[in-house]
Parts: sequence; C-alpha cells; structure tokens
Amino acid sequence: MKRPAKSSAENSQRLTRRAVVLGGIQGLVIGTLAWRMRDLQVAQSSQFRLLSDENRIRDRLILPERGLIFDRNGLPLAENLPNYRIVVIREQAGDVRAVLGQLARIIELPVEQREDIVKSLRRYGPSQKVPVVEQLSWEDFARVSANAPALPGIITEVGLNRNYPMDEDYSHIIGYVGPVSEADLNRFEDPDQIILSPGFQIGKTGLERQKGAILRGVAGTKRVEVNAVGRVMRELGRNDALKGADLQLTIDHDLQHYAQYRLAGESAAAVVMDVHSGDVRAMASTPGFDPNQFIHGITTKYWNSLVENDYRPLADKTISGAYPPGSTVKMVTALAALEEGLVDPNEGIMCRGHLEVGNRRFHCWKRGGHGKMNLADGLKHSCDVYYYEISQRVGIEKMALMARRFGFGAKPPLPLPSLTSGLAPNKQWKFDNYNEEWRIGDTLNASIGQGFVLASPMQLAVMTARIASGRAVKPRIIQRINGVAEPVERAPSMQISPENLDLVKLGMFKVANENRGTAYKTRINEPSLAMAGKTGTAQVKGISAEEREADLENDEIPWKYRDHALYVGFAPYDNPRFAISVVIEHGGSGSAAAAPVARDIMLRALYGTQPPLSAYPRNLWPEIREQQANEPPPNPNAVPDAPGSDRA
Amino acid sequence: MSFLAPPHNQAPRGWRKVFYVNWPLVLLVVAVACFGFLMLYSVAGGDLSRWAQPQMTRFGIGIIVMFIVGFTPLAFWRSVSLLAYAGGLVLLLFVLFFGSVGMGAQRWIDLGFFRLQPSELMKIALVMALALYYDWLPPEKVSRFGFVLIPLAMIALPAMMVVVQPDLGTAILLVASGGVVMFLAGVSYWYFIAAFSAGVGTITAVFMSRGASWQLLNNYQYKRIDTFLDPSLDPLGAGYHITQSKIALGSGGLSGRGFMQGPQSQLNFLPEKQTDFIFTTLAEEFGYIGTTFLLILYTLIMVFAISAAIKNKNRFGALLTGGVAATFFFYFALNMSMVMGLAPVVGVPLPLVSYGGSAMLVLLGGFGLIQSAHIHRPK
Repeated sequence: MKRPAKSSAENSQRLTRRAVVLGGIQGLVIGTLAWRMRDLQVAQSSQFRLLSDENRIRDRLILPERGLIFDRNGLPLAENLPNYRIVVIREQAGDVRAVLGQLARIIELPVEQREDIVKSLRRYGPSQKVPVVEQLSWEDFARVSANAPALPGIITEVGLNRNYPMDEDYSHIIGYVGPVSEADLNRFEDPDQIILSPGFQIGKTGLERQKGAILRGVAGTKRVEVNAVGRVMRELGRNDALKGADLQLTIDHDLQHYAQYRLAGESAAAVVMDVHSGDVRAMASTPGFDPNQFIHGITTKYWNSLVENDYRPLADKTISGAYPPGSTVKMVTALAALEEGLVDPNEGIMCRGHLEVGNRRFHCWKRGGHGKMNLADGLKHSCDVYYYEISQRVGIEKMALMARRFGFGAKPPLPLPSLTSGLAPNKQWKFDNYNEEWRIGDTLNASIGQGFVLASPMQLAVMTARIASGRAVKPRIIQRINGVAEPVERAPSMQISPENLDLVKLGMFKVANENRGTAYKTRINEPSLAMAGKTGTAQVKGISAEEREADLENDEIPWKYRDHALYVGFAPYDNPRFAISVVIEHGGSGSAAAAPVARDIMLRALYGTQPPLSAYPRNLWPEIREQQANEPPPNPNAVPDAPGSDRA
Repeated sequence: MSFLAPPHNQAPRGWRKVFYVNWPLVLLVVAVACFGFLMLYSVAGGDLSRWAQPQMTRFGIGIIVMFIVGFTPLAFWRSVSLLAYAGGLVLLLFVLFFGSVGMGAQRWIDLGFFRLQPSELMKIALVMALALYYDWLPPEKVSRFGFVLIPLAMIALPAMMVVVQPDLGTAILLVASGGVVMFLAGVSYWYFIAAFSAGVGTITAVFMSRGASWQLLNNYQYKRIDTFLDPSLDPLGAGYHITQSKIALGSGGLSGRGFMQGPQSQLNFLPEKQTDFIFTTLAEEFGYIGTTFLLILYTLIMVFAISAAIKNKNRFGALLTGGVAATFFFYFALNMSMVMGLAPVVGVPLPLVSYGGSAMLVLLGGFGLIQSAHIHRPK
C-alpha cells in the first residue's frame, strides 16, 4: 500500500498518541487492581484471616463415658457396652431422604423410621451427628462401612451404650437412662453441652437420675480442621473428656437378688440395713421391670403393661410406698410411754378383747382378749388394748415426737427420687389438713399404727435399726464414689435409756422366739443368730360390725381390700447387725405372709449364702428343703466373692 | 528489541530472525507461565501429574506454535486475516448447533484429542480482521459513520453468537478488544463517548427488563449480577464463590500463608481453584507480595507490547500488536476484578496461569502474531 509519506507519519503519530492514552487507561485499571489488592490483603487482612479460620476450624464435643455402678463387692450393675451405630450429618448428606433411601438398600430401615430421622434432624445443627440406627449387628455395621463412599454424610461409629446386666434386680434403685425429652431439658436452667448433644442418654429415674450430674462426666472438646464438605482433615488440639464417676453401692447383690426373688409374685417391698452404719444391703421392690427396655425408647405395649398393672411395677415401694405400719409401730408407742415414765413395764393391763373409750368400742385383734398383759407380753402377743391404754396416758403429741425421733414424718436422706416422708400425725397436723379437732380415737388408732400414721418400708427399717443399735443411724446406699469411701459418721445416740430399749427389744425377742409369740413359727433356730421382730397387719379399710362377725378368710376378700402384711426385725438379738422390714401389700396377716419372707432374707444376709437347714426349726425342714431346692442359682452374672469383699 | 540485531535495513530472513525476536516479551511470558505451574502444583496438593504436568506440555507446544507463528511473515497473516475471521464465524455457528454441552453452556467442538473452543480463536481472528480493515481503510475515513458501522457489525456478529452460548465473559472480551483496535485506529473520541453512554443505557435497560416480557439476560446471569453486588445475599449458593475467594485473598495478608499452606485452597473451600479462581490460591499462599509480583509481570508484558506497537511503522502490525495486547490485558484485568469482587463472576481464566488448553494456545498464538509483527516490521 502506497501512501503519501506525510499522511503516513501523521497516522503513525495519531496511533502513538492513542496507544499512549490506551496505556494510560490500562495503567489506571492496573493501579485500581493493585489498590484493591492492598485493601484486601493488607488493610483488611486480619479480618479475613479470622473468617478463614472460622471456615476451617470446628470444635467437636467428645462425649465422656458414663460412670459405672457396682455392688458392694464390685459386681457391675450398670455398665457401658460397645454400640455399633450409624449417624448422619445433615450438611454432608445433602438430600438426607435420598441418602437414607440408599442406606435402606443395605440394611433394614423402614420408610416410617426414615421419616422419623428426617424429622429429628431439625432439632440439631447441620454439622451435628444424629443417630440413625443403634445396636447394629457386626455384619450390618461392616456392610455399611464398606459402602461408606456411596453414602455421603453417613458415618459408622462405635459408641457406648448403657446396659444393666442384672435385669430387674435394680430397676428401681439404679433406674435407667433414655433419650433426652423436653421435660428433661426443662429440669435444667442452663443445660450442659453434653445434654444437648444428639444421642445423649440422660438418667430418667433412680440413681441414674439423682446422681446424673456426677455419672455423666465432663465433656471434652477437640479442635479439628475440616475441608469444604466438613470432612475432618486433622486434629489441631484436644481436651479429653472426663469419665463420669463410678459408684459403688452398699447393696449386696446376692442379697438383693434373693430378696427380689423371694418377693416375686407379690406387690411387696423389703429393706435390709446395717444397724450400725446404716448401709442398705438390699432394698427390693416387686414387681420390677427390665430397665434395658427403656434405653432406646420403650414399646407402647411394654409401657402399657407396666402402667396398667395393679402391682405398680414402676414404683419403688421401699421409699415411695407409704403404708399404715400397723403393729410394727408399737415399739415406738411403748418407748414414748416408758421414756415419759407413764407406764411400769411390769404393770398388768387387762385385755378383754376390746376397750370402751368415750362412747366407742375399740377392738383388740384377738376377740376373746389376752387377759392381763405387761409391756413385754403386750409386744409378744401384739395386744392392741394394751396400747390403747398406754397411748391415752402419753397423748398424741409425745407419741408423734417419739415417732419423728425414729425417722417417721421425714424423708430419709437417700439420693433417690420420689421419697415419701410418711406421716407422724399430731393435733396441729389434723387441724391444718382436715380443719377438725383431734379425737381420742385418733390417738388410739395411731398407737397401733392405724388411722393417719404412714411409713415407708425404708422408714420401718430405719426405725428398727435405731431400736437395735440405740443410735440415730441414717440409711445410705452409696459406699464409694470413684473408689473413694464416702465418710461414715458414727451415728449419735438416740438419747433413750438403755433399760427402756432393752425392755422393748426383749419384747421383740419374745415375739419371734417364745411359744405363742406372733412370729414364733418363723423363728431362727440358731441361738447365736436369733432374730427379734414384730409383726404387723394393717387394715386398709374400716371394718364394719358385720364383717367383724363374718370373720372372713383372706382369700374371700377382694385383693385390694385385704390387709397389708408387715414385719420388722433385727438379728442377731445379742449383737445386732442387720435390721429388716418387709411389707407385702394386701398380703394378709403379718405373721403368716411377711414374717417367713423376712426370716429367709435375714438368714441370707446373716450367712451370706443359702443358710443350712439347722437354722430353721426342725418341723419346717421338709418345707424349707423343698423351697431351697427350687431356688434359682444366683444371677448368672454374679461372681462368688470379689477380692476386697467385706461380706462378713 | 534491536540491541541484538546487526545493522541491517531489510526484513531479516531465515535463522537471523532469532535476533529480531522480542525476547523480553518471551521471557516475561515464560515467567508468568512458570508461576502458573507452581500454583497448579500447589492446588493439586503437591501432585505434579494432575494439572501442572499437562499444563507444561501444553505450554511447550504453545511456545513452539508461538515461534512458528512469529517466524511466519506478517504479510501471510495479513492475507489470511479475513479467512480466519470467516472461519471463526462458521465454527461459532457450528458450535451453536452441534457443540458439546459443558457446564451448562455450548462452547466446544470435540475433536477427540482436543476440545476446540471457537470463541477463543475468534478473539484473535477478530483483532486480525479489524486490523486488516483499518489497514485497508484510508485513515481520513475512519470516523465516517458508514465506515464505523462496518467494524461494529464485525464485532457484534461473533459477540452475539457467543452470548447465546451463553458465555458473557468472552462476549465482553470480544467487544472490548475490538473496541481497542478501533480506538487505536483513530476513530473519533465522540463515538466512544456515545458508545459509553449507550452502554450505560443498555445496563439500565438490562435491569429494567428484568421480570418483564422482554427480559434481556438469563435468570442465572441476573443472579450472578445480584450476588456480585451483594455476595451476602446467598453466601452458600451463588455468592459462595465471591465470598470464599475474598476470604482466601484477604487471609493471605502481606506475605501469604506459604507455598502449599493455604487452608482455603488446600481444603477445597475455593471453587474451580485450578481454573478461574487460581489467583486466589496465589494470593493466599504468597500474599500481597506474590500478587503484586504477578501484576508487575503482567504490566511489563503490556509495556513491552504497547511500545512494540508504537514503534511499528506497519499499520497492520501495530494495530494487531495493540489489539492482541489489549485482549491479554482484558483477560487478566477481568479475572482479577472478578476474584476481588470488583466484577461479576463471568468465567474468564487468568491468562497463562489458569489450567486450560484453548486459552493458552490462543494467547501464545497471539503472542506469535506480536512477534511476527515485531520481527517483520519495516525499518
């Protein structure tokens, strides 16, 4: 192309000018970029560094292992077993429904269950692990693990699950754990992080609940670096979890198991307590339930079977059952009179089978009357008229005060839920609750443990232990926490004169060891282990004149109107070690229903194993031999004698 | 640069051409590419074979292509300019109807061993064709209305075909580099002022048309613009790219987290970290010092290219050099603006650094044209 040179030069100059302008504009743009870069990388750098760390660093909770529970010999009562489970993390799974659908091809996972899981996910954060299936078989677990790459957000892990190897034996004492409910959350003002983490199991009843704060331990944290999809790349730091405290109970499993077995079939309770230390060796309540059923949510069917049962399997009758104590309270009435000096122990009081007070007639259980009774005989024969007489001398206020000294009317200091305080009534109480004057008849009823008086089997055992030792022993069920012995204080004296106590104890000895005593038939035949006791037969409804005339046999009355059968006792008489109380709801008479049970359990406690036949009166040997032959072996999980055992 | 050249008045021939090569430009290009290999090695987590190795192979081929193109007389390139443009148009048309769909857009023609992206070729072909046009047009006529319409149509035709693919980023690049050639050719400033006003008007129209029956852009394009304006609108969705890339950039600080130590890129928080967002990895691991160093390399390339254009007395050569350089400029300026949150995410690679064959080959071919114009410039 030929062009005039001048024009070409001009064009070339213009192009140069334009190129310089262009370069200038580009320079400006580059300057802007550099300035923006400085702004981001230098001026705002620390802020972005923070955001970057937030992106990649996550704090994960490490759940602590729950503390274990042992019996006094070191036998595990609550333990943690490995639990193969599958969890899902929402933010990694993406479409949770689709992922669960994939999972359902590998293991059994019905549609309804999948929908439940999808629903439950809403309660938790997108990065939290939410349980899908627990208690997986090893085969299923391995199959899911192998298919993990095809299941985003699904993670297999080995957790720990609570297990109660003794099944029903400790359903009330230890209770059970279960998934955290709304009601549980409301119990805490500022719930621990652990409680809020998915899959955490909280103590629902018994010690699991009352000692939950120390059993659950302290959560640890680990700081991890995650990538964009939340997969953990490495651990940056770790603060280990602190395992929950181990509890060692005062309960002797062999005795507990035997007591549960011996009470089986009845709606009943029994407590065995060391009269010096207050250690509860056994506290049985029947029927029980299987706590293992509760851990992953109980079936409606099983739940209904528990709730609709007249025998109230869910209730711990040893501490929450408040029963009229019947004649078992007579020692307290006697001591109130003796301590006030209102009765001479040798004074004879005439029993004609009834006593007229005011215009009412109060009956003795023996319609023909007992004749002349002194204090010891009054206990031996459980003569009601004797107590009607002396209670009028003492008055209800002094009786109530004495009852309280023996533990009535106050909750025993045990770390268990739903403790009843029972009732030691006085005039003020009646006025406050019924707006009525106290009547002399109320005093008479109270003297034989009827009317308003109420006590739990635990309170009856405490009363008996206090009579036996003369000291204000308190019950306890936790012997060691994390291997450290709980301090035992020597209980203070009851401040009751030893002579008076001995009189009452003698009366109790006669009940169980002298011919015609109400518990003579169920005596312990080994003199060095002799048991002193007291029977009780408590009416649950008023008896009309016709009924008294009819004198119906127990099995002719509907179950829930039958008398409660009670027994309290301690042994050995010479050197007391254990106190016992037995209550059999609607069991009939104390001597026929409760006393044999109490004898068997006491013998078990004294011997620490199946007692020899020689401990029983010879005439009972055939019966006892059969009974012992039918006894199940001790719980298969039990070991005979753990090292460090302090069983006598 | 001519300091290596022996005194000679005529265009060099044969092997002597080696002395006339613009060597600083070559060295700068190699330096940038090496920076790229380093980053590709890092984002692969220390895996050479994943991205760095293929990229090196491609770069090697590209450099050979650059020299072949550079040693070929400029007159040849001038003569095939129109053909290249026409061929580019045909390929764009072909890709519209038969192209492979990838990432939601029709951009490639699959040749089996290589996926040809005609829009990349078009960037250079358009510059060549416009340079030819203004070389042919007498300079006094450049600002006449009729002669302005022709290059406008030449730009608009491929740009529209690219927009419907849809590939907004490349369309912007086409319009911008075409505009630069027109600017260098001397088209009156008034046209550019008018075009700027029209552009502002168009943007207004684009926003006003949203939701109306004559909506101009796709919804996803609107969404990108929205999140560009306010990334917090959708921090885990469309705004995720911008947010994460700004975090990576910012957290690099002055000196960076260290080579292969950038958590944002090593932990996969960054999207497309080996392609469009590779600059963020660089920023995170080498900090402000690293990014400034790269920016200086790019700036030097521009300085050498524009000065080569100014020194070139051949109008076609000068316009070609300026146009190709501008294309290169728009590549890195748009990419950096995008990752720094100054421009919407439009999908433009960082030239010579991002992983990818088409763009690298085309750019190196473009640098070959610059060398050809430089070597065969009239003395």
